[in-house]
Amino acid sequence: MEFTLTNFLLFMVNCILTNNFIFSRYLGCCPFLGVSSKVETAAGMGIAVTFVMGIASLFTYMVYHYILVPLGLEYLITISFILVIAALVQFVEMFMKKGMPALYNALGIYLPLITTNCAVLGAAILNIDNQYNMLWSVLNGVFGALGFLLAIVLMAGVRERLETSNIPKSFKGFPISLIIAGLMSVAFLGFAGLGGM
Amino acid sequence: MPEKKTSLRGVFVNGILNENPTFRLVLGVCPTLAATTSATNGLGMGLAATFVLVGSNAVISMLRNLIPDKVRIPAFIVVISTFVTIVQMLIQAFVPALYDALGLFIPLIVVNCIILARAEAFAAKNPVIPSAVDGLGMGLGFTAALLLIGSIREILGSGTIFGNAVFGPSFEPMLLVIMAPGGFIVFGLVLGIINAIVNRASARKGAKA
Repeated sequence: MEFTLTNFLLFMVNCILTNNFIFSRYLGCCPFLGVSSKVETAAGMGIAVTFVMGIASLFTYMVYHYILVPLGLEYLITISFILVIAALVQFVEMFMKKGMPALYNALGIYLPLITTNCAVLGAAILNIDNQYNMLWSVLNGVFGALGFLLAIVLMAGVRERLETSNIPKSFKGFPISLIIAGLMSVAFLGFAGLGGM
Repeated sequence: MPEKKTSLRGVFVNGILNENPTFRLVLGVCPTLAATTSATNGLGMGLAATFVLVGSNAVISMLRNLIPDKVRIPAFIVVISTFVTIVQMLIQAFVPALYDALGLFIPLIVVNCIILARAEAFAAKNPVIPSAVDGLGMGLGFTAALLLIGSIREILGSGTIFGNAVFGPSFEPMLLVIMAPGGFIVFGLVLGIINAIVNRASARKGAKA
């Protein structure tokens, strides 16, 4: 894909709304359900994921195209990507602790959870499957994560109100959250076709 | 040793019923939603995860005294992703249709929380055979859950089960159930109903005691 403003905007709409990671690709549902009880924590998680997914997309792209492909080791993609992501999360955590203590205090507790967020590994593998170049890979990571941020903050907003509502005992917690996610997903279906990719 | 036998069975049944990873612990939500557009996909995903669970639990339990405590999580991840790569190659070679249907979600078995959770909670502390049995029980519990949700979605969404038509030609399939929102809604309803059954059963048990 050529890099033009039109393509860029279409790609952004496509990643954030049309092919939202949570609502249409089912990636990253565990943190989406686990960390969405308060808007503040949800936003923190979303921002931390955005940060890591952008960097992870860049590094996994480089590992695949500059190490695995020249050596003919493409079948090691799963192993190498998950290790790159785990190591990267550690480095980001250490770097933040030294260099950006304010940001670390805000996001630090979410960082270890991101290793097992399937959206990060999912985005990295999607970049390879869709044959994006380096720039589009990073954009896919960042915009995909922004879609995740949007979804988790919306969800947290609804769940804060849910606290005070009268729900059947058996549906409290996960079941009602899943049904709400389903309804939101119906709303996101309305974006289908938008972005045209 | 009759005592050990019952405990092995307990470990096995525990994974299928009391601690069913999908319905009781609500782990591994992403594959539960993504791989249940049909009963066949659910079954395939479940069996693939079962294979990885049994293999990684057994190997991790063998290595449990060799792996230093500080690097155990990365070590577990390497073992798990080895098995995932094996299962990915096997599916690609022998069941290409399933490989196309599950796509991205086969490599994503690596980050399925059930597998790392069992490695950490069970295999790292127990001998090989109970660990493998625990993996088998958990895996089959996961498979049963995926099969149930997959069947419901396939029957309602395309009017078939394992590809065979169940209703007459006049049946109008509910497309929404197969599409993304249907996964969330069906899983939420099934989870709620199972909670209701468990609550009622435990209330009855409490009344008796």
